[in-house]
Amino acid sequence: MFKTWLQIFKRDLLIAFRRRSEIIHPLIFFVMVISLFPLAIGDDKVLLQKIAPAIIWVTALLATMLSLDNLFRSDFEDGSLEQMTLLKTPLSFLVTAKISAHWFITGLPLILITPLLATLLYLSSDTIMMLLLTLLLGTPTLSLIGAVGIALTVGLRQGGVILSLLILPLYIPVLIFATLALENTVQGFSAEAQLAMMLAVLVLAMTLSPFAIAAALKVSLN
Amino acid sequence: MKNQYVYSKKLEVKNLSCFRNEQILFSEVNFSLVPGNVLFLQGENGSGKTSLLRILCGFRLADEGEINWGDKKVSGMPEYFQNISYVGHKNGIKDELSVEENLNLMRSMASVSDIKTENVLKEIGLFKRADVISRQLSAGQKRKLALARLMMTDNSFWILDEPFTSLDKTSVGFFETLIKQHISRGGMLILTSHHDIDLSGLPVQHFSLSSQANV
Repeated sequence: MFKTWLQIFKRDLLIAFRRRSEIIHPLIFFVMVISLFPLAIGDDKVLLQKIAPAIIWVTALLATMLSLDNLFRSDFEDGSLEQMTLLKTPLSFLVTAKISAHWFITGLPLILITPLLATLLYLSSDTIMMLLLTLLLGTPTLSLIGAVGIALTVGLRQGGVILSLLILPLYIPVLIFATLALENTVQGFSAEAQLAMMLAVLVLAMTLSPFAIAAALKVSLN
Repeated sequence: MKNQYVYSKKLEVKNLSCFRNEQILFSEVNFSLVPGNVLFLQGENGSGKTSLLRILCGFRLADEGEINWGDKKVSGMPEYFQNISYVGHKNGIKDELSVEENLNLMRSMASVSDIKTENVLKEIGLFKRADVISRQLSAGQKRKLALARLMMTDNSFWILDEPFTSLDKTSVGFFETLIKQHISRGGMLILTSHHDIDLSGLPVQHFSLSSQANV
């Protein structure tokens, strides 16, 4: 069972490596949007500092949505998904391998490049630390929630609009808690409550969404 | 010679119906298949052969009727689905991976297999192309790769949808032999094909869907 999980995980990493351009695309989007803000606003340090957490988080959220599109599409189109449903290992367990691999290649690079972009926006080191922490807790949640929407719409010809309508409302709580945690840090308050909430949402998404994703994929196959 | 299959049971399809776009694709399909038998599904294009096979695999839900495996309903019986080897219109291979990587993946996920990837490659004639990325293969070579999963499994129930599309004669002969071995081990097979398949000497039932469509 874990062997199959690992096989899928490794397979997805390898495929991603061979299709680098698709993987890099969301990251470039992330870097571009964030670096355009200082150019557009000008050298207004106070203003940039004030809106930087929101900029980074909104862009991260959109970049995640952008990257998710390919999560199940190729497996759906080439028939790998059909084969996966016939395996001994439950589909709900296998999708966690796909999502983990996906987060490794899209979520993690995004977090790694954030400190660089944050200095561009004059964030203090304390805020940067908090920013990384919220991204670390938040991006896996975004991937897991987004995967449910992707699984539901993968069989549709033009699922893009429906997808945004489906998952954006579910992304908003994560966004609110993350930006609130950052605001508290900037003002010198503790952000523990928000972080705890984000952790709770992450655990909830980790435990429940695989079942929803597997069920949604089966609906899409029908 | 390989052993007989352990998990081979009687398959019974009762009053199966399938609707598509609010039209009847087929209705009240009844047949049964016992271990060591082949069911050759026939019918015109659009008569619902693929849909029927997909229902048997559990990808689609039947609108009416039931499927029994050894006198038990298959819904909620994971063993039934895990015992299926399916090759459909889609090959189920990854274009970005090499021939060998694809085979290794199939093998690691197959139920039981003692055959080496190297031997599979030799048998299907892709040994020299083991490192080629699958995208660069011809349609026939991709098909062979997809069918190779039949060599690496101990599943007793095979469902093949147009298995020999774009295969050359030698390969067709090779997979016919594989099917004969499978049946002689007590395996079961349901297939559709518009090609002439030599299944001489095997107990073949013919079942036609076309008589029901367009009524």
